[in-house]
Amino acid sequence: MYIVVVGAGKVGWNIARELIDKGHELTLVESSQRRYATVEEELEHAVQYGDGTELWVLERAGIERADMVIAVTGDDEDNMLICQMAREKYEVGRVIARCNNPRNLEHFDLLGVKPAVSATDLILRLIEHEVPKYGLVHLLDLPQERLEIIEVEVDDDSPAEGRAVKDVGLPDGSLVISILRDGSGFVPSGDTLIESGDEVLLVLDTGLEREVTALFNAAASSEAA
Amino acid sequence: MFVLIVGCGRVGSAIAKTMQGQGHEVSVLDEDPEAIAMLERGRRESWEEAGGTFTVGTALEIDALMEAGIARADAFVASTNGDNTNLVIAQIAKRRFDIQRVVVRVLDPARASWYAKQGLATVCPTQVAIEMLEAAVQEQVVG
Repeated sequence: MYIVVVGAGKVGWNIARELIDKGHELTLVESSQRRYATVEEELEHAVQYGDGTELWVLERAGIERADMVIAVTGDDEDNMLICQMAREKYEVGRVIARCNNPRNLEHFDLLGVKPAVSATDLILRLIEHEVPKYGLVHLLDLPQERLEIIEVEVDDDSPAEGRAVKDVGLPDGSLVISILRDGSGFVPSGDTLIESGDEVLLVLDTGLEREVTALFNAAASSEAA
Repeated sequence: MFVLIVGCGRVGSAIAKTMQGQGHEVSVLDEDPEAIAMLERGRRESWEEAGGTFTVGTALEIDALMEAGIARADAFVASTNGDNTNLVIAQIAKRRFDIQRVVVRVLDPARASWYAKQGLATVCPTQVAIEMLEAAVQEQVVG
């Protein structure tokens, strides 16, 4: 696959290195002369100097034949425009943008730039994972596929506690994919009994989260209400 | 008409003063609190006494845009010194707030022309300068 990465900061440089190691052909674009010189010592011809929001710079980097464009500069406006032009002008099939300020996520969406990855958001989710406030953690959202994966902690008063998976009454469009118990995980069968304290991973169609959470975690559903 | 101008440099402040002089309600947003001086230069009354509004904030910060009145703006001018900022906030003004009259300053002729084709009213001072200088040179060469 041919990939153009814009922004050779820590994120861009490491992404470039990993992708090259995985055998992809890649060009990294960096607008700071000093940073370019540093990165060029390692990546050599795979890095180009220039402002990646300028069309001729993107064209010189080969955006017209790119299968993927990854915009990871420290500037949200730049990342939005690079991906917008990649998609709409150069018809690049896949774009990924870094969102530095999570409050800008809606703007990425507005400009049709998906997916936008926010490190702040990811860290917040990890914190939620370590310190579950409502017993519910979003692990993965796939808005285009209309699917999400959640983790919910089973509490004492929940309808699922003490029942077999098949008897919990899960709505259509939801599936238990794994149960974490006493520090290890396993894939349950329909007859597996759910215990209090289990962490249950489910894949859901979007919109079922509240209904499903209520089955496993009574406290979370009363908080949400 | 209520006009919101983002970016209060030479260009933004000049447009703001002209529009206000024509009787429009004008709100200006800039990240530099000192930029209000551009609006008051050569005037006796302050910008606010003259009926204008000035908000300090970053262009892309939605709270700042809201405070400056984007939700009720009839016209929007993006005239910060950053092409990318201007192109992004102009699209937000159009798509999210449904403002019909949106004008964007873009210094880079290539981006200005592509976004113009996408339906954005871009103005490219560089392109205008190129054309005028070319015409002036031609005239002297021919003359």
